[in-house]
Amino acid sequence: MNVQAKTSLFAVWLWIGLVLLLPFAIVLKISFATAQLSVPPYGPPLTGANYAALVGDGLYVRAYLGSLRIALVSTALTLLLGYPMAYAIARAPVRWRQILLLLVVLPFWTSFLVRIYAWIGLLRPTGLINLVLESLGVIAEPLRLLNTDGAVYLGIVYAYLPFMVLPLYARLEKLDPALLEAAADLGARPWSTFLKITLPLSRPGVIAGCLLVFIPTVGEFVIPELLGGPDTLMIGKVLWTEFFTNRNWPMSAAVAVILLAVLVLPIMWFQAAQKEEARA
Amino acid sequence: MIARVLLGVGLVFLYLPLLVVMGYSFNASRLVTVWTGFSTQWYGELFADRQILRAAGISFIVAVISASLATVLGTAAGYALARFGPFRGRSIFAGSLAVPLVMPEVITGLALLLLFVAAQSAMPWLPGRGIGTLIVAHASLTTAYVAVIVQARVSGMARDFEDAAADLGARPATVFVHITLPLIAPALVAGWLLAFVLSLDDLVIASFVSGPQSTTLPMVVFSSVRLGVSPKINALATILIALTFLMLAASAALARKRSK
Repeated sequence: MNVQAKTSLFAVWLWIGLVLLLPFAIVLKISFATAQLSVPPYGPPLTGANYAALVGDGLYVRAYLGSLRIALVSTALTLLLGYPMAYAIARAPVRWRQILLLLVVLPFWTSFLVRIYAWIGLLRPTGLINLVLESLGVIAEPLRLLNTDGAVYLGIVYAYLPFMVLPLYARLEKLDPALLEAAADLGARPWSTFLKITLPLSRPGVIAGCLLVFIPTVGEFVIPELLGGPDTLMIGKVLWTEFFTNRNWPMSAAVAVILLAVLVLPIMWFQAAQKEEARA
Repeated sequence: MIARVLLGVGLVFLYLPLLVVMGYSFNASRLVTVWTGFSTQWYGELFADRQILRAAGISFIVAVISASLATVLGTAAGYALARFGPFRGRSIFAGSLAVPLVMPEVITGLALLLLFVAAQSAMPWLPGRGIGTLIVAHASLTTAYVAVIVQARVSGMARDFEDAAADLGARPATVFVHITLPLIAPALVAGWLLAFVLSLDDLVIASFVSGPQSTTLPMVVFSSVRLGVSPKINALATILIALTFLMLAASAALARKRSK
């Protein structure tokens, strides 16, 4: 390896150390500090009280479990919609594939906040959906659509759909059509061809897509804040409130440490999957 | 067949909300949902709003500088991953690069803020939270995205041209600048654009690391949206959507011109 290569590697290592490893060491340290009225708002003595509160106060436990539940359900829903979409794109004529894929990815480039905001206008009591349903006579009273867990699921599926479709498409596109023809020639019905050949061969895409949706969703803040109700309990919202409303930096650091601990396994799984993908 | 129907449903699902927002931005009524006639008055009010204009300016500056920084660092990282072979610590290196891609934003935001606070208490001469911390935070996040894009491009590229230049006596730095960089230019453009858009759009990390004088556009939008739907935000959203699509169309046209 030449000098130039070594220098550029060193620069990147330095950057990773400074902005990735060091911050997490500091978060860990401050999670053991005591909140106080000062600048910055924490100080000694070191204490485990924040963690004791995390375990002891049912609110935090319920928020962690609520986040995992919402992330799990919405990942499953995103897969249910994203898989057929990726499959249809991969089976489309070649000249259509790039355009269809672009159509799926394009909204991802527009503002996340704008996309979530758009749903407020559709879901609220005087929103378009209620307006249309009322004028059709389907409902007499406006439905409560906004500020529900359902709205949170919808928002997550909407915002994260491209992250599911892309890795799935990458897998399904590589699938050799000869395998499907062989199965059909041997008398397999379409449904069993799908279950026995397509689905197992696209497994790495399913794993990558699900993890890309699941991991960030567990800590999601914007979607539950804007679309969820007061009873939508998610840990990202709790961390935000501890930090910005209660000004309790050590507590929010402790919340982050435990959230990270919960996510370590999925993140490692994601990295292993990426490595396998790079080798293939 | 079912898959095709669902693809159609999915695409309508992706675009309908955006189209509705754009439509209502031209609505004369303040009630937002009731259509009373075509009007561009909300655009007028939007451009008279100094707070929004100021925030847009800050967001733009932060996005341009952080995207440029991320493109330099991300290119170095992506190139190293694709070309330097199995160097020591490669898998940790690749792993640390992938982490920001999936890390929940609240964790990244909090961690970077605590880093800045610690750095300032250790080095009191550093400037406080503001545009500088926003740039560093966004660059650290988007470097990973640029690296992934550049790595994909470099790995998929034959070494022939670089080897030929080296055989003819060009030094490694010359080869990189004159051969490699032009070949991976499309990846650099794509990486810069992605970093720019991600920075422009970030609410959570910016809320943690910005100072009182550096409120960004998403932060203004968020505090307004929390209070409900507003026709002015519809107009702003329409402009943002239109700008994104224009930018992507321009870069696609550029890429097509280059490949001819």
